[in-house]
Amino acid sequence: MIDVINLQKSFGEHNVLNGINVKINKGDIMCVIGPSGSGKSTFLRCLNCMEDPTGGQIIFNGVDIADFKVDINIHRRHMGMVFQHFNLFNNKTVIENIMLAPVHIGLADLKKTKRQNSIIKLTNLFRSSKMKKELSPVTTDKAQIKQKAKENALALLDRIGLKEKADVYPSTLSGGQKQRVAIVRALAMNPDVILFDEPTSALDPEMVGEVLDLMKDLAKEGMTMIIVTHEMGFAREVANRVLFIDGGQILESAPPEEFFGNPKHPRLRDFLSKVL
Amino acid sequence: MGDFAKKIDTFLDVFINQNGYVKVLNGLQNTLLIAVLGLVIGIIIGTIIAIVRVIPKYKVLPRILNGLCSFYVGLFRGTPIVVQLLVFYYVLLPLLGVRISGVNVAILVFGFNSGAYISEIMRSGILSVDHGQMEAGRAVGLGYWTTMLKIVIPQAVKNILPTMGNEFIALIKETSVVSFVGALDLYVAFSNIGSNSYEFMVPYLVMALIYIILVLIISAGIKLMERSLRKSDRRH
Ligand SMILES: Nc1ncnc2c1ncn2[C@@H]1O[C@H](COP(=O)(O)OP(=O)(O)OP(=O)(O)O)[C@@H](O)[C@H]1O
Ligand SMILES: [Mg+2]
Repeated sequence: MIDVINLQKSFGEHNVLNGINVKINKGDIMCVIGPSGSGKSTFLRCLNCMEDPTGGQIIFNGVDIADFKVDINIHRRHMGMVFQHFNLFNNKTVIENIMLAPVHIGLADLKKTKRQNSIIKLTNLFRSSKMKKELSPVTTDKAQIKQKAKENALALLDRIGLKEKADVYPSTLSGGQKQRVAIVRALAMNPDVILFDEPTSALDPEMVGEVLDLMKDLAKEGMTMIIVTHEMGFAREVANRVLFIDGGQILESAPPEEFFGNPKHPRLRDFLSKVL
Repeated sequence: MGDFAKKIDTFLDVFINQNGYVKVLNGLQNTLLIAVLGLVIGIIIGTIIAIVRVIPKYKVLPRILNGLCSFYVGLFRGTPIVVQLLVFYYVLLPLLGVRISGVNVAILVFGFNSGAYISEIMRSGILSVDHGQMEAGRAVGLGYWTTMLKIVIPQAVKNILPTMGNEFIALIKETSVVSFVGALDLYVAFSNIGSNSYEFMVPYLVMALIYIILVLIISAGIKLMERSLRKSDRRH
């Protein structure tokens, strides 16, 4: 689903990623670990071009999204992202946070279809009756898009047990609640993959569990996930592949049993001996 | 003291019996019109400039726009408002062959001028919003402008509301120079009353009082608005 080919990223003179090659398949749960400053976040943020790669390709569903010519916004709809600091929209209620993108994108698509239809109608005036082009069907309207998004958002909130928080502002939620809302905000787009950047690092210890549990549920349902984390236990339990990044390169890539049980690269062995 | 009482009588006579109040109401209307519409124009121009100035500048177009905006801000902040009024009214508009009234010129010039100041206020407001808000918007597939307008700007506006209130008060006070381009404002109204009666002490005193009352009312309005905004922070 995602094919990363020789990915490079530098900030000015500073080379942070030095040729990353990795393939992510549908249903993969890939955990990324490594020392601080090794380029884990940069790697993750390059996958949806939050940082523009300075070299290499990111083939997502057959399209190289590292190419500046593609409309990145369209591809980002299919890649959710969850941040360390949640980044819920502070000026929107919980349910608005979840509905915002689906509604906006639904309305934008509707507008586009209607615009195209009116162009077709106009050009049809000049076509002979046999040559007339078909209009694309408009099967929905504004109210319906909003209604659907709302129902979906409520169902998602129900799933994480926060339905009664639908109309409150994020500032009143606990860290764990915020992160769970952020996760369902990503889910609301029906993404093909969700990228997590240390989703539990900013949480109080007693709230880590509720977020990891939700992520485990998603994993069971077959969601494709790429997770930068320091939670070794979680990686061992949930991941089907673990990457070790250091110095902007993948030094080891293996299933968790092998990764933790029989690490090959000396720097990974050194790293594990410090954190485990 | 008897002298002062007589002066008050003279003023009241002109104010009430010789239709002085009509002039004052007219002047008050123009003063408020110039300040309010100037502020509206200023907010629109200021917001656009502020966004242009915070756009990432990898590409050529944003750089050019940014240069133009810096020039604009420098120009309007670097010259006195009276000079701007005079240049517009007596130089630019005649050169362009446009004829518009002094009040309209004043609205435009105060709009352009406050646009320059508001752009700086708005820019600091935008920069005060956590960058994660923009990232989260972009991450769900919203474009830069959509995220800016729906997520970042509303939060920026909330942060800068008190400063904007001060800008409005400053605007009200500064409009007292629009007589330079023949606009009839509060100052002109009272100075006319003074010339009619050859007595300026009371008219100018009353004028000062009106300005103070205007400013007090606006300050109170701003406080109310801030309080209701803070309430929405604590909602539930
Ligand atoms: N926007 C940026 N501009 C300049 N340098 C950056 C930028 N973002 C990251 N870097 C640098 O890139 C390197 C890798 O950063 P990155 O955030 O990817 O590390 P990380 O592995 O996620 O570390 P951590 O575990 O602390 O989150 C660091 O040296 C950092 O200083
Ligand atoms: Mg990081």
